[in-house]
Amino acid sequence: MMPKRLIAAAALAALCGTLSLAPARAQEEGGIPVQPSHADIKDVQSLQRGARNFMNYCSGCHSLQYLRYNRVALDLQIPPADMQPNLMFTSDKPFDTIVSAMPGDAATWFGKQPPDLSLMARERGRDYIYSFLKGFYLDNTRPWGVNNIYLPNVAMPHVLASLQGLQKPEFKNEPDESGNAHMVLSGVQMMSPGAMTPEEYDRFVRDVANFLDYAGEPVKAKRESLGVFITLFLLAGFALTWALKKEYWKDVH
Amino acid sequence: MAAAPESTEGTQGFLGWIDRRFPLSALWKSQVAEYYAPKNFNFWYYFGSLALLVLVNQLITGIWLTMNYKPSSAEAFSSVEYIMRDVDWGWLIRYMHSTGASAFFIVVYLHMFRALLYGSHRKPRELLWIFGCLIFLALMAEAFMGYVLPWGNMSYWGAQVITSLFGSLPIIGGSLLEWIRGDYVIADATLNRFFALHVAALPLALIMLIVVHLMALHEVGSNNPDGIEIHDHEDAEGHPLDGIPFHPYYTVKDLVGVMGFLIIFFGIIFFAPSFGGLFLESANFEPANPLQTPPHIAPVWYFTPFYAMLRAVPSFAGTQVWGVLVMGASIVVLFFVPWLDRSPVKSIRYRGPIYKFMLAMFVASFVILGLCGLKPPAGIYPLLSKICTILYFAFFLLMPWYTRIDRVKPVPERVTGI
Repeated sequence: MMPKRLIAAAALAALCGTLSLAPARAQEEGGIPVQPSHADIKDVQSLQRGARNFMNYCSGCHSLQYLRYNRVALDLQIPPADMQPNLMFTSDKPFDTIVSAMPGDAATWFGKQPPDLSLMARERGRDYIYSFLKGFYLDNTRPWGVNNIYLPNVAMPHVLASLQGLQKPEFKNEPDESGNAHMVLSGVQMMSPGAMTPEEYDRFVRDVANFLDYAGEPVKAKRESLGVFITLFLLAGFALTWALKKEYWKDVH
Repeated sequence: MAAAPESTEGTQGFLGWIDRRFPLSALWKSQVAEYYAPKNFNFWYYFGSLALLVLVNQLITGIWLTMNYKPSSAEAFSSVEYIMRDVDWGWLIRYMHSTGASAFFIVVYLHMFRALLYGSHRKPRELLWIFGCLIFLALMAEAFMGYVLPWGNMSYWGAQVITSLFGSLPIIGGSLLEWIRGDYVIADATLNRFFALHVAALPLALIMLIVVHLMALHEVGSNNPDGIEIHDHEDAEGHPLDGIPFHPYYTVKDLVGVMGFLIIFFGIIFFAPSFGGLFLESANFEPANPLQTPPHIAPVWYFTPFYAMLRAVPSFAGTQVWGVLVMGASIVVLFFVPWLDRSPVKSIRYRGPIYKFMLAMFVASFVILGLCGLKPPAGIYPLLSKICTILYFAFFLLMPWYTRIDRVKPVPERVTGI
C-alpha cells in the first residue's frame, strides 16, 4: 500500500511541478533579461530609504493611489512626527493616499500620463523596476534625449541622471532568421559618472524597487512570517488527525 | 389516541422531539453513520471530500468578498485593492478565494481522473458521472465569470475573447453575443450580470447539482479501487462484508486528507499566492483598458487545455467556428464515457496494457495541451496542440474498440488490501 501512496503523491507533486515551471512570462516581450535586484522586503531600513527616494524623486509625477501615508508610517516604523515634514509633500492628512502633484493633462507634456505605481511591482516585478531605473541610455532621437533598454521608446525622462550619470548604448551584431546581420542593442556603458558611485546608485534603485514591491502588497512581509506559524499549526494538526485515524482504523482488517 | 408512530426508536429528549417532526437521526444513520463505504479506498478517494471543502471555502470567502466588492466598471478594480489593503484580513479572504478557484480545479481534475482509473462511471453509476460532468460545466462557467470580476486588463480581454466564441456561431452568433454581453463590447452591463451569475445563479446551480451527485452516490454506493460491488457479499444484517460505516472511519480518514490539503493550500496562500503568475496573472494587476490589449492573452491555467484545442483547429470555409465546436466537443464527449467504455472490468488493476497506455497518453496530452495554452501560438506549440488534440479525442473515440480487445485479468470476488 505504502509505495502506491508514494507514487500517487509523486504524481501530484509532478503535476504541481509542471504547473509551476510554466510561467516564464516576465521577459517574453523584450530581448534583454532583467537583472536580479536582491531586494529584501523584510529589510525595514531599505524600505525607509526607498520611501524617502520615492517621495523625493518619483512622487512629483507618479502617484501611489492605493497606499496611505499612515499605512507607510506604520509598516515602515516611521514616527508620525518624522513622516509629516520629510515625506508628505502634497497632503497634510495622514490617512490620504499618495497622489502626485501632476495635473490631469500631463499627457500633453509626456505623450502619456505618468502611470500610478501602486501595483507596478505586481505587474512587472521588482527586478524589472530595478533594471528599468538602471537602463536609461542616451538616444537623441527621443524627445527627452534618452531611451531605455528595458522599455523601448520610453516616454519618461531620466530623472535620476544627476545621480547615476549618463550611459551610452552598446550594440552587437546578430544574424536574423534569413542570415542577415543586424545591429542589436546589447547593453549600456557608463559615459560620464553622476553624483553617486555605481554601488551607491544600485542601492538607491534597489531601495526604490523594494519600496514599490512593498507598495504593491503592503501585507507581504507580514503574510510570509505569519505563514510559518500557520504551517507549523497545520503540521501539528496533520500529526494529530493521522494518529486519530490510526486509532480508529485499528479494527479494520 | 396513540402517539404518532416513532420513526426512530430510542431517541429521547430534544433529539426525540426533533425526530418525531424531522428525520434527523434517520438521515444521519442512513447517509453517514450507517452508509457503508468500501474499506479499501486509497489516496485517490480523498478528492471528493476535498472538493466539498473547497466549495465551502469558496462560498464563505465569497460572501465576505461581496461585502466590500463593487460590481461596477468604475469601482471594481479599486474595490479589490481596497479589500487587499484596507479591509481587516481582506487580503487573506481574497487569497483564499483566488487560490481556492485553482484548488477547486486541481481537486476536481484529480477526482475525475480517479473515475477513469477505477471505472467509477460504469454501470450502475452512469448518472452519478453525468451529474459530475454537469458540476464540471457549472464550475467552468462559475470560474470564468469570477475571473472577470476583479476587472483587471486580463479579466477584460479574457472575457472579450471567450464571449466572442459565441459570436462565431453561424446566423445567431451576432445577436447571441450582444445578448450575453448586454452591450456591443465587454462593459459595465457585462460586469453586472456576470456578478449576478457568479454570486447567485451559478453557486445555487452548483449546490443543487452537488446534492444530486451525492444522492446518486448514496443510492448506488461508492465504487472502489478494485472496481467490484461490495454489496455482492453481505453479512446476516445486510451490511457489506467489505464495507465500513462512513462515520467514523472515513470522517477521520478524510480529516487527514483535509489537513494535508490545507498544508499545501495555505502554503500557497502565505508564500506564493500568485503562484508565479498562474493563479493570479500579472497582467491582471493593471486595470481593464479597452484601448490596450495585453501582449499575450491567456486564460487561467485550468482552462488552457481547452483553449489550446480551440487554437489548434484552423479556420475553414471562412469561419473560426470549428475550433469552438472542437472545444465544446471535448467537454461533451465526457458525458458519453460510461457507454464508450466496453471493458468487461472496471478497475485499471485488472485492465490490460492498452487501456493503461491510452490513459497515460490521455493524461500526457491533457497536460501538454495545458502548457501549450499558456504559451503564445508560435514555434512548436501549434503543432504540439494539434497532435495532443487528436490524442485527446482518440482516447475517447477509440475507447469502444480498444477496451473490447484489451486483455483483462480475472477480477477478485472480494476487495484486496486496505
